[in-house]
Amino acid sequence: MGQIEWAMWANEQALASGLILITGGIVATAGQFTQWYLGAYSIAAGVLVCLLEYPRGKRSKGSTMERCGQKYLTRVVKLFGPLTRNYYIRAFLHLGLAVPAGFLLATILGTACLAIASGIYLLAAIRGEQWSPIEPKPKERPQIGGTIKQPPSNPPPRPPAEARKKPSEEAAGVPTGGPQENPMPVNDEVV
Amino acid sequence: EKNLPANEGDTRDLVWLGMNVFLFVWYYRVYDIPDKFFYTRKLLGSALALARAPAACLNFNCMLILLPVCRNLLSFLRGSSACCSTRIRRQLDRNLTFHKMVAWMIALHTAIHTIAHLFNVEWCVNARVNNSDPYSIALSDIGDKPNETYLNFVRQRIKNPEGGLYVAVTRLAGITGVVITLCLILIITSSTKTIRRSYFEVFWYTHHLFVIFFIGLAIHGAQRIVRGQTAESLLKHQPRNCYQNISQWGKIENCPIPEFSGNPPMTWKWIVGPMFLYLCERLVRFWRSQQKVVITKVVTHPFKTIELQMKKKGFKMEVGQYIFVKCPVVSKLEWHPFTLTSAPEEDFFSIHIRIVGDWTEGLFKACGCDKQEFQDAWKLPKIAVDGPFGTASEDVFSYEVVMLVGAGIGVTPFASILKSVWYKYCNKAPNLRLKKIYFYWLCRDTHAFEWFADLLQLLETQMQEKNNTDFLSYNICLTGWDESQASHFAMHHDEEKDVITGLKQKTLYGRPNWDNEFKTIGSQHPNTRIGVFLCGPEALADTLNKQCISNSDSGPRGVHFIFNKENF
Repeated sequence: MGQIEWAMWANEQALASGLILITGGIVATAGQFTQWYLGAYSIAAGVLVCLLEYPRGKRSKGSTMERCGQKYLTRVVKLFGPLTRNYYIRAFLHLGLAVPAGFLLATILGTACLAIASGIYLLAAIRGEQWSPIEPKPKERPQIGGTIKQPPSNPPPRPPAEARKKPSEEAAGVPTGGPQENPMPVNDEVV
Repeated sequence: EKNLPANEGDTRDLVWLGMNVFLFVWYYRVYDIPDKFFYTRKLLGSALALARAPAACLNFNCMLILLPVCRNLLSFLRGSSACCSTRIRRQLDRNLTFHKMVAWMIALHTAIHTIAHLFNVEWCVNARVNNSDPYSIALSDIGDKPNETYLNFVRQRIKNPEGGLYVAVTRLAGITGVVITLCLILIITSSTKTIRRSYFEVFWYTHHLFVIFFIGLAIHGAQRIVRGQTAESLLKHQPRNCYQNISQWGKIENCPIPEFSGNPPMTWKWIVGPMFLYLCERLVRFWRSQQKVVITKVVTHPFKTIELQMKKKGFKMEVGQYIFVKCPVVSKLEWHPFTLTSAPEEDFFSIHIRIVGDWTEGLFKACGCDKQEFQDAWKLPKIAVDGPFGTASEDVFSYEVVMLVGAGIGVTPFASILKSVWYKYCNKAPNLRLKKIYFYWLCRDTHAFEWFADLLQLLETQMQEKNNTDFLSYNICLTGWDESQASHFAMHHDEEKDVITGLKQKTLYGRPNWDNEFKTIGSQHPNTRIGVFLCGPEALADTLNKQCISNSDSGPRGVHFIFNKENF
């Protein structure tokens, strides 16, 4: 399993744990269970975990699918620097957050799930993984990119005979040899 | 205008959803209305019915979830229904989508069930420590005396929250409940698209927690903690007459102390059948994997693609099918699916593999592809093959006209189809109704071409020899191109053969204008059923589906586009 980035799974697990903590917390609080304040804590802890885990980190290999609207939270999470980059800290944070919720039956599932997420993060940390924000790529060709809405469906026009020599180096700001960076995302995702 | 026959999956989904609703409502009423649970309801309110209704749905869905992944069983059913079965076959093909839907329903019902029981446990424990209304406390006291049967399954007097936790760890239902819910959550988080596509091993191994899930599920109700009044007791003590004078119970004649018993566990009856079928499925896979497979040829293609040609005794395939391949030298447990790229008419079967991850890299090395010199046949690794399993593309031959659309590596099933069509045409096969193929290959760059271009070139030459260049009309659409390529194309625009592929028909740039394509094809083939086959991303499936619907005539006469999507 050489290529596994454990943090990717830990992230899914932690996000799910956050939701489960929130749900269990709501049940305990709304039902006014005994010591329901632990339920209230669980909601707060769950929200914190969800906010921290929602922005997916960048994979070291290949492209990463962003979660919908994650760029706002990415900026916030990035602000904390090493606190959020380092997975050892995350592992211990999650473990710590999970413990108080373990004292109530309604939230104990959240505790178990978050503890497992913590364990997977620990594994990721030991293997040297860390969280990097997914940043939007800077636009390379703003003057052309702005107006093209769809890739052209006809062959490119044939330039006059004189202009056929050295066409690529003359063109403004084009990186030669690489495939076109389509201004609109062209989803060619392979099944 | 509705494209009526195209999606029988919708019927199956509606029936399934309907069953879920029916079971939920039915079992809700079973616990909410009869007198048997009158006193239970006094203790628990509607949380009782709200826990039992999803439990019934869970029984139903857990029964179903194993079935779509019994691929050998499904294949057998497909094979045996050879007549009128295009419908049935397409339904069976949507197995993966169905499996996921059922899984989400299980998750939903688990949530409802768990939340309802959290209330039940809290209230039951509270009633035992006098933290409740007097009626519930009195009801819960029943069972303390030697001859009594209890209503409230909590017998220890430990207050919440420790009381609830104690119940969870000392009752079978509690322990199994927590354990199997954890298994379910781990299965779900490791099955998200990101994990499945990029870290298949994590997904595959974690998914096997379902074994623990099913065992735990089968014994989850064994301790019978859901209590109701027994039938004999109901004859002697009618709740509607007696409930108001609970302090008199046992002292007056028509209200003896009521007797309670627990529901016998029902779940095992639902799941034991599918569990057995799945066990058979795994045994069949194991047996098949023990059959000898010989690699007859390994071909390295440019840009990280290899082709394996193999032979196996008794192997029979049809076009567009796929197999699961295991290579014990690389990994003892992993099976990976690959589309067959050979035609049934050939005496070997082949797959083309892109080297993208751990397993494929391992296979690459095991087959000696990283070495320059010729490899001896005996050095090639042992391979196990399960399959072949069918897909919708077998229906291709029954249409007179087809549109085949493959995006990127999605073109692989069409390699098999095109080869087979050509063999059939040359051998004048009687079951070939196909007269015209429109083929579209969409890819990002020219790199992906090479091995498929060889095939198209061969077909092109052969069609010329047979004077039937119109049989296959294809469009290769590059969806990503740069300035230097563009000027290169522009310069060679007039030449007869395309510069990239060497093929007579030209390469096109950018995505096809589907509206135009459909209209042109529709006008050239009026009054025909045209099959549209896609192997590619969801967005493209939506586009093509819409085009099929909007370009089909509404009546039985006229042109009809029928959409079929591959699902891997």
